[in-house]
Amino acid sequence: MISAQAYGENGKMKEYHYTGPVEHKFSPYAFNGGTVLAVAGEDFAIVASDTRLSEGYSIHSRDSPKCYKLTDTTVLGCSGFHGDCLTLTKIIDARLKMYKHSNNKTMTSGAIAAMLSTILYGRRFFPYYVYNIIGGLDEEGRGAVYSFDPVGSYQRDTYKAGGSASAMLQPLLDNQIGFKNMENVEEVPLTLEKAVQLVKDVFISAAERDVYTGDALEICIITKEGIREEIVPLRKD
Amino acid sequence: MALSCVLEPALSGFNFENSTRNIVLENGSEEGKIKAPKPMKTGTTIAGVVYKDGVVLGADTRATSDEVVADKMCAKIHYIAPNIYCCGAGTAADTEKTTEILSSNLTIFSMNSGRNPRVVMAVNILQDMLFRYRGMIGAHLILGGVDCTGSHLYTVGPYGSMDKVPYLAMGSGNLPAMGILEDRFKANMDLEEAKSLVSDAIHAGIMSDLGSGNNIDLCVITKEGVDYIRPHKESPFNYKRQAKYKYKPGTTPVLTKTVTQVELELLDETVQMMETAGSS
Repeated sequence: MISAQAYGENGKMKEYHYTGPVEHKFSPYAFNGGTVLAVAGEDFAIVASDTRLSEGYSIHSRDSPKCYKLTDTTVLGCSGFHGDCLTLTKIIDARLKMYKHSNNKTMTSGAIAAMLSTILYGRRFFPYYVYNIIGGLDEEGRGAVYSFDPVGSYQRDTYKAGGSASAMLQPLLDNQIGFKNMENVEEVPLTLEKAVQLVKDVFISAAERDVYTGDALEICIITKEGIREEIVPLRKD
Repeated sequence: MALSCVLEPALSGFNFENSTRNIVLENGSEEGKIKAPKPMKTGTTIAGVVYKDGVVLGADTRATSDEVVADKMCAKIHYIAPNIYCCGAGTAADTEKTTEILSSNLTIFSMNSGRNPRVVMAVNILQDMLFRYRGMIGAHLILGGVDCTGSHLYTVGPYGSMDKVPYLAMGSGNLPAMGILEDRFKANMDLEEAKSLVSDAIHAGIMSDLGSGNNIDLCVITKEGVDYIRPHKESPFNYKRQAKYKYKPGTTPVLTKTVTQVELELLDETVQMMETAGSS
């Protein structure tokens, strides 16, 4: 008779039936959820993230924003494993200070992006489980977005979504900001007001369908005047 | 002349013919691993309470498929008999089909015997069926009903276990819901108290558990009849999008257009006279 136990719902059977010695693995990573989004405009950049910290089906915190202010012109959004997010931001802060002390100037967005890539690749064989997106202003005052993978590959984009709901948000941004898959549409350049409203709408949609996204949305708007924050409530269930 | 295909009668029970093939696919060949499609689970909070005049059952309305919300308004309180309703948690297809099979069995029994089914009959049928399938049917059910012997609340687990209790919570959100029930349950509550207790228990599950959400459904069963309140409480989170995302005609590019004439040939013509009424 074919043993039914082995083909049950991944390992759930093993709780109730003795199937022999089982190797228990310790995983150094956990997935804490969260979604991050960044958009670059002509003279502004927006970095937005939800504020829910979760694990499995539970919520750890409803007020854990994933945007970290690095300098007056750069904000880093990181989602994934919260432990690695915290350590990574500590390391970046320390490196920013070191740069300031030895070069007597603040790091530019492009420089921070290049440095982050090196830091991430330094841990190529035990990676930081973090999806990073940097948003800021470049040396000419234009908006810049740099998106990373967990081991440091990066590129400059106009807009990027990362984290648990990224697969839901990215196609919508491709269509609304990149005007992809559309014809006969007037391609107006993105204004700050339209970008903020788009970000809010897109997160409301993500919170409807992704269980890891919700609670509140924190939007950091970076212009030459500085960094302004806006907090918008999202679904709490 | 032998037939190239022979119709075999369907074997009962689960068919494990593909299990070895699935194991090979999942463990991967040189090209890579292929992940099996996961069945949709309801990831739920369901609760039930026995009160003075009957039973109150409650459920949330979110169905999840992995971590994506598949259905925001799914009905988890299933009809079994006019006096028996069942809340289901676990694999969505399993709870649906199991309760449908149970309901049709009890209808046949009612017709044969001329009696209303008792809750304990429903429980026994479920236990038999789920035990026979050795837990492969992932249905975690809360059965509640009022029959000639009184009001009853039972839980049936996927392996065929059964429990008869005055208050109950199941599903992924059962821990927060049970907390509320343990705190405020009293024997012989009145209707409004019982409804608010179940509603608050489901609400706790919705807020604390990521697999539960959206609205709260309630079902009140008494000797007189059933009050299926769907939704009892709508989700207070209705943040509307500010912009309208509509596309004008012509936005999707038409790449090619071919028109093929279909030649029609008149084969047969029949005329049938119709009787029209009311002719003067």
